[in-house]
Amino acid sequence: MYASLNWLGRLLGTELDPQETAERLTVVGATVDAVEPVHAELGDVVIGLVEQVGKHPNADRLTLCRVSTGKGTVEVVCGAPNVRAGMKYPYAAAGAVLPGGFKLERRKIRGVVSNGMLCSAKELGLGADQDGILELDTVAAPGTPLLEALDLADTRLEVDVTPNRPDLLAQRGIARELAAAMGLTVKLPAFEGAPAVPAARRVKRSGSVGGIEVIVEDDEGCPRYGAAVIRGVRIGPSPEWLQARLRSVGARPINNVVDATNYILHEINQPLHAFDINDLRGGKLIIRRANDGERITTLDGEDHPLTSEMTMICDADGAIAIAGVMGGENTEVSDETTDILLECAYFDRRRIRATRTALRMDTDASYRFERGTDLEGLPAALRRAVELIIAVAGGEEPEAAIDVCPRLPQPTTVFLRPSRVEHLLGVAVPQDEIERLLGSVGFTLAPRDGRLAVQVPGWRPDVTREVDLIEEVARLRGYDSFPVEMRPFRPTTVPDAPSELRSALVRQVLTALGIHEARTLPLGPVGGEHAQPVQNPLSSEETHLRTDLLPGLVRSVERNWSARARDIRLFEIGRVFRATTGATPPVETLRIAVVLTGARQPGHWADVSGIDFDLWDLKGMLEEVVGVAAPGGAAVAPDGADGWEVTGPDGTVLGRGGELDADGPPWAAPLFGIEIDLAVAETPAVRYRALPTTPPIERDLALVLPATVAAKDVEEVVRGAGGSMLESVAVFDEYRAKELVGRSVAWRLVFRDPSRTLRDAEVDRSVNQILRALKERLGVERRES
Amino acid sequence: MAHVPAEDQLEHIAAAIDEIATADVQRLEQLRTSLLGRKAGALTHVLRSIPALDAEQRRTVGRRANELKHAIESAITARERTLAAAVGTGPAVDRTMPGRRRWRGARHPITQVVDEICGIFRELGFSRIMGPEAETEEYNFTKLNIPLDHPAADMQDTFYLKPGVVLRTHTSPVQARTMERYAPPIRVVVPGLAYRRDPFDPSHAPVFDQIEGLVVDEGVSFVDFKAAIDFFAKRFFSADTAVRFRPSYFPFTEPSAEVDAQCQNCRGTGCSTCKQTGWMEIMGAGMVHPAVFEACGIDSERYTGYAFGMGPARIAMVRYGIPDIRMFFDNDMRFLDQFLE
Ligand SMILES: [Zn+2]
Repeated sequence: MYASLNWLGRLLGTELDPQETAERLTVVGATVDAVEPVHAELGDVVIGLVEQVGKHPNADRLTLCRVSTGKGTVEVVCGAPNVRAGMKYPYAAAGAVLPGGFKLERRKIRGVVSNGMLCSAKELGLGADQDGILELDTVAAPGTPLLEALDLADTRLEVDVTPNRPDLLAQRGIARELAAAMGLTVKLPAFEGAPAVPAARRVKRSGSVGGIEVIVEDDEGCPRYGAAVIRGVRIGPSPEWLQARLRSVGARPINNVVDATNYILHEINQPLHAFDINDLRGGKLIIRRANDGERITTLDGEDHPLTSEMTMICDADGAIAIAGVMGGENTEVSDETTDILLECAYFDRRRIRATRTALRMDTDASYRFERGTDLEGLPAALRRAVELIIAVAGGEEPEAAIDVCPRLPQPTTVFLRPSRVEHLLGVAVPQDEIERLLGSVGFTLAPRDGRLAVQVPGWRPDVTREVDLIEEVARLRGYDSFPVEMRPFRPTTVPDAPSELRSALVRQVLTALGIHEARTLPLGPVGGEHAQPVQNPLSSEETHLRTDLLPGLVRSVERNWSARARDIRLFEIGRVFRATTGATPPVETLRIAVVLTGARQPGHWADVSGIDFDLWDLKGMLEEVVGVAAPGGAAVAPDGADGWEVTGPDGTVLGRGGELDADGPPWAAPLFGIEIDLAVAETPAVRYRALPTTPPIERDLALVLPATVAAKDVEEVVRGAGGSMLESVAVFDEYRAKELVGRSVAWRLVFRDPSRTLRDAEVDRSVNQILRALKERLGVERRES
Repeated sequence: MAHVPAEDQLEHIAAAIDEIATADVQRLEQLRTSLLGRKAGALTHVLRSIPALDAEQRRTVGRRANELKHAIESAITARERTLAAAVGTGPAVDRTMPGRRRWRGARHPITQVVDEICGIFRELGFSRIMGPEAETEEYNFTKLNIPLDHPAADMQDTFYLKPGVVLRTHTSPVQARTMERYAPPIRVVVPGLAYRRDPFDPSHAPVFDQIEGLVVDEGVSFVDFKAAIDFFAKRFFSADTAVRFRPSYFPFTEPSAEVDAQCQNCRGTGCSTCKQTGWMEIMGAGMVHPAVFEACGIDSERYTGYAFGMGPARIAMVRYGIPDIRMFFDNDMRFLDQFLE
């Protein structure tokens, strides 16, 4: 929302400093995002006095003017038919920059040099052209900047208005906040040439005004409807001051009647609508719910289907406007309009919101109605609007306006306990200060039963309970006035989430293993049976929630490949989603995924180069990840499938790891991936085991394994037969050769007794036992060396 | 030599060490063979004889023999270097050659910021929890005092999954979930993802990180709120960082505030990062609205509290000077390499 510094100054009866005003508004909650001059683009334009108009030697339609510019007299070629000697016009010299960034050059026009240009309103962005260049009725001397001469110089504040404060959508609301801060009062200026307009006559449900019968049938959708009839208006351009006001807040002048209604909108936040009476059929105006299936064509030419949940303004034949949203094209004010009916209404906030949402329309009026206009201030707004229309467009009221209102609104009263102010804000605010602060923005207060009965002004629909008033006290007193003071607090009852702790641990381990943490989008293009679709996706690339992390990571790998990176190591901890039936949200699971490709370690000049991650790196990484992310889980090699599955202690599959298919460049190394559920179970506590003091005895066993025997089988038998002295069993070599039947795998066995030094003979006996068991159970024998 | 006691043999060997320092290339090779040679080396001979000695001797001879072995080896290496340098092949070890490195991984820059923020609030007694990303309208809106038929609901453009189920537009639903599950005193921070229908551009993403904070207890006031946030900002940025609280509006807090920290780029004098204001918005916050307490079954007369929400991605962009939020999702190794800790 734009506030005009000149306009605010007029309402407050004082000159305002732009930066100071911006600061004042920001500290009370009307944050000013930008402060910018209005019409800054006209800074190069000055007043030019045409002293003489002569014929252009080479063109009949052009004139050659001598123009006094304040810095001398120059010759300017002019094409406007309305140029006359002795008149003043906007003049832009060669080198001036005009709206749109257009830079004026000195150039020849039909063989004669033109030193600059006399400008039209359109060229200056000041409205439509009338007769040609803009005639200026001003006493300012030639050379005076146009902005000064026309009183166009103004500053516009861009105010960030929060949805709870409809009153701040108008200049008066902003001025009220400034008035409170500066100790001033807001006064609406009288319009020059306005007649004394009588107050509206209040009627309950229907009444007649200027020969039109106004009937409110839907008083739920329209609790109050003011209507005035003005006959004999002359549609035309608005006076310059009115156009300037509208431009200063970013609105476009249209004609005097429309401009007047827009002025009231921007001054006091009351949307208005003018109907051409001659287009009203049957002399009636009915405010009712739409009939299902009824249609209307609005001002913008769009045709809309209606439902009975919408409120319409109708004449005897049908709908002529969607209440509070947009008028219809058949009753629009046109250049020929002479008699108007002016609507000044209050429409129900929810009704307007539902209507404009259903119709996908968002107008200036609906924006304000759905935030709440001033129900109590409506008659005054209507009166002021009539004054302004008559002042700028002429005409007269055949009789006083009517105010259709079945139930007069009662001002809201909210009770405030000064003790509660201190309780919530942490600082005692004296009662007289509370009264002064709230009073400064229009609340009226009376002590009652140890509390303050606070009457809420009609323009503050946001204030409905005590806490709203406490916020007012805090904000008007200034948030800065509350100390920054650390006071004692009690410890929380809420423990850390196990998943957060687990995630932190996983991050620590994986980064230490040389893997970067990545982030991919949980939204992606992949559908599938269990994928949860998004009902209103932004694009075809983001139609579903992910069911797996790896596809996103693989896309990241591919992006890295296209950036010529070969060594890529990424992991991600994130949620995956599985659709559910019924109304419940999809099931979320926290997962960890890893992708690896390229060199196992950074290359070093002293090493054999070019060792890439292989399947065994992947398996080792998988075991590391399982150890930290799914304690108790194990990597198992399923029959008939590549890679490994991770199973939990109860056998459920928690994830998998293996080589991935990816469309890499020819120089890319194999790509490996891991994805498993992140467990939230606690890791069993560590128990210390006494460190051995006796020496170990090692024995190496090179065994020949038939094709059907796996290393895991051998280890199981070895451990089973080795007895309590066998401390550890580990593979240290694999050898395959033609002369062997099967392959040879070598294990190192470590024997130890923690209580005494073992003798070689005992260990030999144990090894023989192991060999016997291997032969009997697996047909595995020692390799002949 | 077999009759010479091992101790004497060792003294004899020790005497030879001095010569190493002056030996030429040929003599050095001879010494190496005669002392350390696998077959006839004098020291090798002593080492082999050790198992046959008695226990006491084993210990003393063994220790001395090993000392001598190291001394001889390092003397030979040193002499080799000197000799090599003299013939002009450069130093035996060029210490300017690169060392051997290992891969290292970094937490994502947003994670680093999130962890740091949560760590600071931990000092103030906050635990760290989480909540679901797919939420019901009830938790995302209604319980937070955001009626769906109120313009406040438009402050967030929502992704719908099915009727009544949305992707949470903020981490605030966890406020309601926490209040329903735990009794006060509550002090929690909740990092997590939130979703809004904002197309990607340099400063917006449809998925973004948020950190929610919630405190509920008896007697928690606006002063406590200001103190906690000010503590956080000064600890996170710097002790001399100015913090500003501007009145604002959020349906679930009242009084509400936007919190600004002095721009870290220009130190408050105004620059393009802060749009010449000298301030950087760091969070929306305020005192928990009594309607939220009431919706979560907490006595709003007895308990008060404060809540806040901030965007760690935006903070990370400012801290690291990252121009485009999309870089956080690109996972370019060259980008991630820059955040090694
Ligand atoms: Zn700055």
